[in-house]
Amino acid sequence: MGEAIPLVDYLVLGNDPHLEANECVACGARFFDRRNACASCGAINSDGSGFKRVELPATGELTAFTIVSFAAPGIEVPFVAGVVKCGGTSVRANIVNVSPDPEHVATGMQVSLTTFGIGEDSEGTEAIGFGYEPADEELRITDDAIEKAEANS
Amino acid sequence: MSDVAEASSSGGETSQTGAASDQMWIVGIHMTKFGKRPDDDVVDLASEAALGALDDAGMTVKDVGVLAAGNLMYAAHGVGQMLQKQIGQTGIPVYNVVNACATGATALRTAIMSVRSGEADVGLAVGVEKIAGAGLLSGGSRASDSPTWEASGRFGAVASTDGRIGTEIMPGVFAQIGMEYGHRYGGADFELFARISEKNHANSVLNPLAAYSKAMSLEQIMGDVMIAYPNTRPMCSANCDGAAAAVVVNGTTLKKLSLEQQRRAVKVSASVLTTDPWEEACQILPNVNTLTKNAAETAYEAAGVGPQDLDLVELHDCFATAELVHYDNLGLCSEGGAVDFFESGAPFRDGSMPVNVSGGLESKGHPIAATGIANIWEVATHMRGEAGDRQIEGAKVGLAHVIGLGSACGVHILERAA
Ligand SMILES: [Zn+2]
Repeated sequence: MGEAIPLVDYLVLGNDPHLEANECVACGARFFDRRNACASCGAINSDGSGFKRVELPATGELTAFTIVSFAAPGIEVPFVAGVVKCGGTSVRANIVNVSPDPEHVATGMQVSLTTFGIGEDSEGTEAIGFGYEPADEELRITDDAIEKAEANS
Repeated sequence: MSDVAEASSSGGETSQTGAASDQMWIVGIHMTKFGKRPDDDVVDLASEAALGALDDAGMTVKDVGVLAAGNLMYAAHGVGQMLQKQIGQTGIPVYNVVNACATGATALRTAIMSVRSGEADVGLAVGVEKIAGAGLLSGGSRASDSPTWEASGRFGAVASTDGRIGTEIMPGVFAQIGMEYGHRYGGADFELFARISEKNHANSVLNPLAAYSKAMSLEQIMGDVMIAYPNTRPMCSANCDGAAAAVVVNGTTLKKLSLEQQRRAVKVSASVLTTDPWEEACQILPNVNTLTKNAAETAYEAAGVGPQDLDLVELHDCFATAELVHYDNLGLCSEGGAVDFFESGAPFRDGSMPVNVSGGLESKGHPIAATGIANIWEVATHMRGEAGDRQIEGAKVGLAHVIGLGSACGVHILERAA
């Protein structure tokens, strides 16, 4: 088995996968991208000391979502895209392991972080993506269950 | 232009039209038919709008001292100069502007600022777009996954993230914006958003320039192709071709025009542009609320009017889910009260605060850079009492709003001349 690499650099793999944000030392604003300076307070990050990496909680609340049924070629639909508030920090992510319909997804639902492989490259390195699944296990469905449901419909 | 400076410093003198010298006026404005225009290229559309606006103003291209041209798809080609090469190369300064869906409003504001600064007596603003059949205008960087994972970009992504980490498509982004409002305040569901769309499609029947002027039932709207829940296809703005243009002058120039031109002039009481101030989550899901609130507040203050004074509003319903949040953002209702505002019937064309009587972007169409001037054309046409079958009787004050993701928000308040 080859190595694993995170889909984005703010996803930290290992035994306890989690997301990390860049937090402005001066004002506490959080970002997920590489920073030149802080968009909130203007603090400059010239030597890298203006921001520190902070770990986000693995659970949060779904505050907004959509179910995308029409997307660019190569993107499997339908899928649920949303915003998850994790301990005061909002995260953009897909909501996974859930039936993609408004009967099974609702704002206010509790979700927890999960990771999964998105494919191997030509050198056998597996890229690992992340999403959030319902914290309530009864709302969760696995890929097998989805396939079974599709086969029956 | 020393008289302009004097008027500004002394607080403004007035003419027989009540026009202070530094007050800005629209004296000519034109919107082309929106829709599929296969026989017209971007310059044909821009020419039609520009010449229409000049004709409406009783002017020619030789009277124009500054041109602001808004266009997205040909932004690198200098659409302003392309237009000049067809309708008149007079050597005046041209500003080619791009500001997402606020491009048209930005072009108008650029012309206004130029005239206000004294650079020119007459400004022409044009917004034009040719995107009929363009499909989804964002997302889908997906095809470019490389054979070996290699981190790139500001997130160190090894593969494209659209569809893997949320969605980049506009119907999906704005769906979340509407759902978030519903999460915060309650009462917003699929059917409510579809009813907003039903209102706008019903309005479009009275607008011969709309790309689609056909009423749709709630069942038709909810049963149509789902794009991004809760936005079905008719709840999304239509990509189409079109252009709009406006001629602006200051009070000094207005006084030199005929009484008929002065009578038809529409006062620009406020011209405001904002971007989104940093807030938690604003780089996760675009926050279209705060910059709209800021623009509206600034505009009301500049115009000396409040939302209760508005006779009609054209707001940026790029998706049905967007219209709801902007009732609140523009102060048309109390905070959190957008659902009740809609349920009260207020934003219907026979209600107390008609919103998008043009049919809105969902039916009129959304040729991106044209939209910000077309919305102003709609409001100005009501101010002049020239809106025909869809005229809001006695309209004196109106507001036009656009927002471009990224984000930029333009708000203009217009008033009848007399
Ligand atoms: Zn900061």
